[in-house]
Amino acid sequence: MSQLHYALFTGCTAKQSTPELLSSTLAVAEKLGIKITILEEASCCGASHLQDFDEFLAHVLNARNICYAEKLNLTMITICNTCQLNSAMTKHALDKDPVLKAKVNEKLAEVGLEYKGTSQIKHFLYAIIDEYGLENVKDKVTVPLSHLNIAPFYGCHNIRPSELHEDANGHENPYNPNSLDRLITALEGHPVNYESKNKCCGFHVELQANHTSEVLAGNALLDAMDNNADMMVTPCPLCHLKMDTYQDSISKTMGRDVELPVLHMPQMVALALGCSEQEIGLKFHVQKAKHLYTA
Amino acid sequence: MSASINQNSTTRKVTIKAFRFNAETDYLPYIKQYEMEVGKDELILDLMNKIKWEHDGSFSYRRSCRHGICGACAIKVNGKSVLACKQNAIELLDLFDNDITLEPSSKKRVIKDMIIDKSDFWEKHAAIKPYVVADVDPRPSHESKQSIEEFNNFMDSDLCIQCGACHYACPALEVNPDFLGPAALNAAYRFTVDTRDTAGDERLAITAQMGSGVWDCVKCFECAEACPKEINPIEKIGKLHNLQFVRGVAQSNVATRHAEGFLRGMMKTGYLDEADIVTYSEGYLGTLKHMGTAFKMMKSGKIHWHSGIPFINSIPKIKNLDEVQKLIQISQTNKL
Repeated sequence: MSQLHYALFTGCTAKQSTPELLSSTLAVAEKLGIKITILEEASCCGASHLQDFDEFLAHVLNARNICYAEKLNLTMITICNTCQLNSAMTKHALDKDPVLKAKVNEKLAEVGLEYKGTSQIKHFLYAIIDEYGLENVKDKVTVPLSHLNIAPFYGCHNIRPSELHEDANGHENPYNPNSLDRLITALEGHPVNYESKNKCCGFHVELQANHTSEVLAGNALLDAMDNNADMMVTPCPLCHLKMDTYQDSISKTMGRDVELPVLHMPQMVALALGCSEQEIGLKFHVQKAKHLYTA
Repeated sequence: MSASINQNSTTRKVTIKAFRFNAETDYLPYIKQYEMEVGKDELILDLMNKIKWEHDGSFSYRRSCRHGICGACAIKVNGKSVLACKQNAIELLDLFDNDITLEPSSKKRVIKDMIIDKSDFWEKHAAIKPYVVADVDPRPSHESKQSIEEFNNFMDSDLCIQCGACHYACPALEVNPDFLGPAALNAAYRFTVDTRDTAGDERLAITAQMGSGVWDCVKCFECAEACPKEINPIEKIGKLHNLQFVRGVAQSNVATRHAEGFLRGMMKTGYLDEADIVTYSEGYLGTLKHMGTAFKMMKSGKIHWHSGIPFINSIPKIKNLDEVQKLIQISQTNKL
C-alpha cells in the first residue's frame, strides 16, 4: 500500500477545548504511517449556526477552506462530524449549482483563490476504515481493548443526511450504522449494542434550548450505561463536549447519576496502538477517564 | 433472526414482529410474531395485510391510496420511519438482518396497534397558517402570475403529504412538546416564500418564537432522512432561519446572537471563540449559569494556558487571516 496522505481540517474545538483530539489524531496517524498536512489556513466551518445567519457567506468561507486542500491535491479529512457536514454541504451545493459556484468564486478571486471541486472530503473515521483498512489496523494493535465494553456513539452529522454523504462514509446506513462497531471489534474491544447509538446528543441547542439538550444527552448516556458500557466513543468533539463536560447537570436533569468516560474516536485507537498518555490526553476530560490507561 | 431462502422461488420465509396495543383494553403493549413468506417485490403494507388477512383480523393500521400520496400508512420499522406502501420489505429485512419489528410512528400516541392520535400534528400545522393569505378579487380577470423561479422556491416543500413521518422522527419534539416540528415548519416556509402570500412576516414571527420555533431544532437531520417525499424539512428550517435576517425581522436573543456571533471570533482569529460565543449569546448575566462548567473545564485543562491567557489571547490565529476578514467584509449579506 502506498502511503496515505491527507490534508487535515482541524476545526475549532481541536485547537481550543479538545487539544487531546488533535494530539491523539496525529499520534494515530503516525503509528499507522499516514502522512498528515495540517491546513493551518482553514477557518471555522460555521458549525451550522453561521449558516443560519448567512448561508452565502458560510459557503464562501467553507469553499476557501476546501481550496487549500485542492492546492495540495489531497483529500481533506475532518475530525469533527459538524465540520464534515458543513464542508460537505458547501461542496455539494457548489458542485451541483454552477451559478452559485461562480458567485462564490467571484468572492474568492478577491483573495486569489478558486474553488474547483477536485478534493474529496472525508471524516478520519472513514479514511481509516475505507482507505487504510481494518485488517491493517488490526496488525498494529499492541494493547487489545478486550477488557472494555465500548458504546459507539455515531453523532448525527456523519450519518445524516445519507444522500449528502454518499460514498464519503462508505454508504453507512443511518438506521443501522456499523463503522464504529467494526473499528471497536478490530481493536478487540466489545461493542455495546444500544438504541441511542445513532441519536442526537443535543449539543447544538445547548444555549437556546438547554433542557432539550440535557435530556437528549442524558438519554444516550444512560442507555449506554444500562447496557453495561465501560466507556463511550464518538467521532465528534461536539458530542464529546456535550456528554463529557455536562454530566453533573445532566445527572440533575435526569434524576440519575450519570458517570461514563466519553472518548474521541482517535483516543480509543491510540489506546489500542500503545500511544503515550501525553498523546492520548485523557487528563483533559472533565469526567474521570485516566483509569482507562491501566484498566 | 429466523429466516430461510426458498431455493425454488425468490421468496424468503421470515418471522415478522409487530407492536400490539389496544388503548381501551390493554394495560401494556406487547410484541407478537407472525411467520410468512416475503417476495422480492412486496411492500411493508403487504406484510401488514398478510398479518390482518391471514393471521389476526384484529390487527389495525391506516391505509388508503396504496401509492404514496395519502400519507395514511406511515409507521416505523426498527425505528426507521417508512411509508408502508412505498417501502420494499426485503430491503429492510436485509438492512436489519431479517429481524424487523413493525411499530407505530409514535408509541406514546397509540390508539390501536399502528394507529396513532395525530392531533398534535394537526394542531401545529394549523398554528402556522398553512394557506395563502391574500386579498383576491372575487372576479379576477386573470390568474395570479408566478415565474418558474418563484414557483421553484417552494415546489418541493409543497409535495408534503402530511404523513407525520418527520414529525414523529423528531427528537426535539419528543422532549419539548411545544416545538412546532419539521412538518409544520416546512409548511410555514412553503407559504412564506409564495409570492401571492402577504402573511410572511406574521409566520416568521410565529416560527421565531423561542421554545417552539426554528431555534429549538436540534439539527439532527432525522427529518431529512424520514421524509418519504424527499422534501428535506431541515433545509427549509435553515431557510426560515435565514429569512429572519434577510427580511430584517430577527429579534436579538440568545439564539440569533449565537448564529451571528460566530463572525466575532472569526474576524479576530479565523476560529470560533468558544468563550466569547457564550458570553455574547447569553449576555453577562446569562453567562453566570455557565461558570460551574467553565470552572470544571479550567480544572481539566479544556480551557487552557498553552497558547496564551484564557479569554484574552489563548486562541491561535489561522494563516492568511486577512483573507477571511476580507471575505467576510465583501460576502456578508445579512445583519442582526
